[in-house]
Amino acid sequence: MLITFYVAAAIAILSTVLTITRLNAVHALLYLVVSLLAIAIVFYVLGAPFIAALEVIIYAGAIMVLFIFVMMMLNLGERATGMERSWVTPGAWAGPAILAAILLIELAFTVATATRATEVQGTDPKQVALSLYGPYLLGVELVSMLLLAGIVGAYHLGWTSPEEKEAIDATKPDRERTPAGGDLVHAGVGRAAGPPQRDIYADVH
Amino acid sequence: MLEQLWLIPALPFAGALILALCGRALSRRLVSLVGVGSIAVSAAISIAIVPAFLGRGTPYGQVLWTWLNVAGFQPRIAFYLDSLSLVMVVVVTFVSFLIHLYSAEFMEQDEGYSRFFAYMNLFVGSMVVLLLADNLLLLYLGWEGVGLCSYLLIGFWYRDSVNGAAARKAFIVTRVGDTAMIIGLFILFQRLGTLQIQDVMQLATAEWAIGSPVATTVAALLIGGAVGKSAQLPLQTWLPDAMAGPTPTSALIHAATMVTAGVYLIARTHALFTLAPGAQLAVAVIGAATLLVAGCSALTQSDIKRVLAYSTVSQIGYMFLALGAGSWAAAIFHFMTHAFFKALLFLAAGIVIEALHHEHSIFRMGGLRRELPVAFWTFLIGGCSLAGLPFITAGYFSKDFILWSTWSSRGGNLWLWIAGIVGVLLTALYTFRLIFLVFFGESRTPVSHRPGSRIVLPVVILAALSVAGGWLRDPLLGFLNRALPPMVEAHTGMSETLSGAIAALAFLTGLGAAYLFFMRKPEYAASLIRFGALRRLHALWFADWGFDWLYDRTLVRPFVWIATANQRDVVDNVFTAIARWNQAAHHALSLTETGRLRWYAAAIGAGAVIFVGVVLLR
Amino acid sequence: MAGLLARRNVIFTLMSIEVMLNAAGLGFVAAGARWGQADGQVMFLFILAIAAAEVSVGLALVLRLYHLYKSLDVDASSLLKG
Repeated sequence: MLITFYVAAAIAILSTVLTITRLNAVHALLYLVVSLLAIAIVFYVLGAPFIAALEVIIYAGAIMVLFIFVMMMLNLGERATGMERSWVTPGAWAGPAILAAILLIELAFTVATATRATEVQGTDPKQVALSLYGPYLLGVELVSMLLLAGIVGAYHLGWTSPEEKEAIDATKPDRERTPAGGDLVHAGVGRAAGPPQRDIYADVH
Repeated sequence: MLEQLWLIPALPFAGALILALCGRALSRRLVSLVGVGSIAVSAAISIAIVPAFLGRGTPYGQVLWTWLNVAGFQPRIAFYLDSLSLVMVVVVTFVSFLIHLYSAEFMEQDEGYSRFFAYMNLFVGSMVVLLLADNLLLLYLGWEGVGLCSYLLIGFWYRDSVNGAAARKAFIVTRVGDTAMIIGLFILFQRLGTLQIQDVMQLATAEWAIGSPVATTVAALLIGGAVGKSAQLPLQTWLPDAMAGPTPTSALIHAATMVTAGVYLIARTHALFTLAPGAQLAVAVIGAATLLVAGCSALTQSDIKRVLAYSTVSQIGYMFLALGAGSWAAAIFHFMTHAFFKALLFLAAGIVIEALHHEHSIFRMGGLRRELPVAFWTFLIGGCSLAGLPFITAGYFSKDFILWSTWSSRGGNLWLWIAGIVGVLLTALYTFRLIFLVFFGESRTPVSHRPGSRIVLPVVILAALSVAGGWLRDPLLGFLNRALPPMVEAHTGMSETLSGAIAALAFLTGLGAAYLFFMRKPEYAASLIRFGALRRLHALWFADWGFDWLYDRTLVRPFVWIATANQRDVVDNVFTAIARWNQAAHHALSLTETGRLRWYAAAIGAGAVIFVGVVLLR
Repeated sequence: MAGLLARRNVIFTLMSIEVMLNAAGLGFVAAGARWGQADGQVMFLFILAIAAAEVSVGLALVLRLYHLYKSLDVDASSLLKG
């Protein structure tokens, strides 16, 4: 069990580091999925099988998929990778690395001065369920309302009214104009074959 | 009747208020009715009080209300009537009435008619408050009030900036004196705990030794105030320039009343001066010096009003001389006669100026003896009174008594007497120079305007008083000595008649010299002036012995230089610095608002890191 | 957190946030396991739900941002500068 824990933890850390350092966004997303799966294993080792399952299903299965959907929709391509190359310089890592290092030290300090525990007690899913329907019932209801709000917000933000679409269309050269009521899935389809476009990455500093 | 004492200042104030508020809406007749009428009733009341007071015998006090009550300091608005203040109030209100009547016609063409009467009424009210005040704070109130009105009236024709400058000069120079006076009042209050005049005098005599430094200091400071207001050396420079105001103003304020406020102050606080013989001697010396300086300057002036102004300075010098010599009542007597003849001279001069269409230079006047007989005769009577024509003029009696007391009184000495005699000579000289140049000889400017009845009546009354006033000498002096200490004879060797004879001799010498130089042989005067040294002397005297030049160099220019150098106001920089520092901080802090998300996230992260660190390290 | 601060692409920003939430949840579950209580897991459940809501809204915003600025630069929208 212990070996499983260490290996899974190592994989989780490594893949997370790789996630944040990749230039290609899709590569980074895939590494993130690996990280989440490793964490799920850790959860199982800690005696929380229910949570492990939930991690895989919801986090890796729904949220990450949503990310990948959006990446696909944006369809940035090789150009974006080039841009990332110019953005991600070693110098850019300096400040954040310092802050993270300090935080890491603080974490290590806290852990080192805490009392040790060797035995890990697992918790039944049944107990979790009882907890949820017992003391944490209010929390459950609130979370459901939050999810509702999230759904409504996401829908509203994603919806473009006909006037907005006109305004957006007005800023594009004629060939790229989406027909009224057009769908975003096919929006970027004809782009590669288009004539010289406006340099949308021109404002890269 | 004595209970109506408060009406004497109240009526002029009421008149001033009415005219200030709605004067412009009233007709000329109504304005003059209010303006002159208020003073007339005041004068009538003050004259009616005389028999009541004579019957009473002791000083009368009337308390109106308590002004302040702060930490035991309780000055009241209260009036104190004794023989000194009664005499002065009667003279002031009566002469004011005559001058107001005169100006009702004199100022008729002026568009600021109601404003003029409002200021004049305000002035008379303040002057009466000054005279009747029973504590020094109320006196100071009246003092400042008359100073204000003097400023307002000198600069009456404000559209010409020269008048405004003259008014400012008057105000600032008297301010110097006022500051000295208020410091004196502070010391008095701090030492004696009260500003009631009678209490002050009693306490001071009881507590301070004769010649003690505190008494001398206080007396010297009060002299400072008196010198400023009465235009004595070294603060006499404002009075000649104050002639920029209308002639009735010059007559009232700068001849008969305000300039004598200093004399009144010293007479009122005589006990303090008795305690400080050094200060009293200083008063006499100042008086003597001033009368000589001003007399010399008067000799060279060409503007008729300026001659009279210097003459006023000189005559007040006589009053100071009398006060300094210890002859208190004589100074007040001379004040009374001087009020009569000087106001007369100014009013007559006003007639002349008006008649010659605002011509002020005496070298352009002449031969008015036939054209303006009223002006001529009244001016002649006034001039003789001023110079001291023996026996028939009031001026002779008062001046003569002063001269004798400067010799024989305890505070007097030979040098003061000699100065007085020389002053008589000079006075006669410049007075008759004026008369001969203006009224005799050939006429150089035609007469355009004859005076009306309201102008003629006051000057005639004043002329009569200038003659008859002298006969009141002995009863008046006796009356005044109820309130003032009598003159103490210390030196013998000169009787009154001898002094009088020598004074008369001086008078005749002056008259003769004036006759010679200005009537018979005018070429002598012109040729004298052509001598180099005499020409420089003439120029010096014309410019008032260089006092204006001196003050300009030593006081005015450095001050103006400092003011110009400090144009940006150095002290203000402290406050601007606060504002600028705030702005700089704002600019610095606004750099943290970059609008970039990662920057804000970094700030939150750093904050969290620090917070956790603090918690851990506790 | 290092990833959040260092990367300019907004997608990476969101990914870093997910990583951080996950890490917090891990901590909760570990604590729950240590003391044998169900609370840690419950907490993680809540965190999970929150993360889901936040991701959906966040991605919708990303799409808006992209439409407006035609770029995924997180520094592009600095209109609140100064």
